[in-house]
Amino acid sequence: MNGVRVLVGTRKGGFILTSDARRKRWVVSGPHFAGWEIYHLKGSSIDPNRLYASQTSDWFGQVIQRSDDGGKTWAPVGNKFAYEGVPGTHQWYDGTQHPWEFKRVWYLEPSLSDLETVYAGVEDAALFRSSDGGQTWQEHAALRSAEGHLWQPGGGGMCLHTILQDPSDPGRIFIAISAAGAFRTDDGGQTWLPVNRGLQSRYELPDPNAEVGHCVHNLAMHPSRPGVLFMQKHWDVMCSDDAGASWHEISGNLPSDFGFPIAVHAHEPDTIYVVPIKSDSEHYPPEGKLRVYRSRSGGNEWEALTRGLPQRNCYVNVLRSAMTVDSLDPCGVYFGTTGGQVYASADSGDSWTPIVQNLPAVLSVEVQTLP
Amino acid sequence: MIRLALPTHLWRLANVSREIEIQVEGPITLNAVLDALEARYPMLRGTIRDQVTKERRPYLRFFACGEDWSHQSPDAPLPDQVATGVELLRIVGAMAGG
Repeated sequence: MNGVRVLVGTRKGGFILTSDARRKRWVVSGPHFAGWEIYHLKGSSIDPNRLYASQTSDWFGQVIQRSDDGGKTWAPVGNKFAYEGVPGTHQWYDGTQHPWEFKRVWYLEPSLSDLETVYAGVEDAALFRSSDGGQTWQEHAALRSAEGHLWQPGGGGMCLHTILQDPSDPGRIFIAISAAGAFRTDDGGQTWLPVNRGLQSRYELPDPNAEVGHCVHNLAMHPSRPGVLFMQKHWDVMCSDDAGASWHEISGNLPSDFGFPIAVHAHEPDTIYVVPIKSDSEHYPPEGKLRVYRSRSGGNEWEALTRGLPQRNCYVNVLRSAMTVDSLDPCGVYFGTTGGQVYASADSGDSWTPIVQNLPAVLSVEVQTLP
Repeated sequence: MIRLALPTHLWRLANVSREIEIQVEGPITLNAVLDALEARYPMLRGTIRDQVTKERRPYLRFFACGEDWSHQSPDAPLPDQVATGVELLRIVGAMAGG
């Protein structure tokens, strides 16, 4: 019997929700690492019992936890994230230069091809790699050579928050940084290219078409079509058909094209999901109605998915790493809110149910489809 | 033996009780105590002081014999009562939460 395991990171601990493939009845375990901010939990696609968690605190710094039994037990692994060489400076909020300082790990991405390899996206923005199951970490420092002095923090800090591996090419990785943009390596991290042509930041940057500096919130791809990328930018929902070389807007009829997460259906590469948020200064759904929007045509034409979601007086946010899909059929879609609900749909978004409520603010949601 | 009191998050992380005893060799200084603590409990590396610079994390303080040692040299000798295990060396998280 197969099933799903949902990994939820919150402001005050991690939670693990499990269900069989019907996705009707859920068992909740947690809080794990109670009282700590759990920015991200993610499992390996090679061995689903191998999980990593980013456990962090303004008081006590960064801890990385690893589980080899699907989250029943955990052990701390390496937490030394030292930038290569002299880290230098990046742009600060006021345009002055500011020293690079490690703050926390936002995102953990286990390798698709090697069980012991895992990537970490950190604040201040950099990409680290471990090839010993998280015991030691080395920076891919060439990334910061891609105009790093022009990168600047967004409201959440200068974070590397998205890592996408190309399943057809182990040398190709896409990452995204707020507020620097999207970047791609084709040689396993030796060199990096900014891939932001076509992005426009009319009210945020002195040059709206700048090569770097755009506030990219999230990227998504379908594994069968790794050259096609979808992006939720600060404002604008975007698509690239050429692995990031150029982007075009697909916001279409969305009620707002500001938002944080974006996800792709597991079996339909042109079906994508976003959660529109009113604006950059009002981080809640337009009209107080929590709506996921789905496009079945790769963007531009969107339909509101509302069944089971609150349609009045709802003022939560859905953060960039807090929406994902499982690979069952029909595809399951999951998202968590800053109000502490995790909603799930077992029918590709047609209807929704809260599978847990009243958690601390949700920072991230990942799902594993279990054999 | 040096007696240490740890903040809740750290004694839980190290899977010990709130108060622990640590064997420290040589002169009893903050750095010597923290070196011995991190050697015995590696999961605490980086949680009290930065792993690279060895600077105290900004939201933590050190108290000994009713005095704040947070801003003393980490290589200064700690009070005799701490060095002899009569008094606790307290590692304290800054208060927060309103």
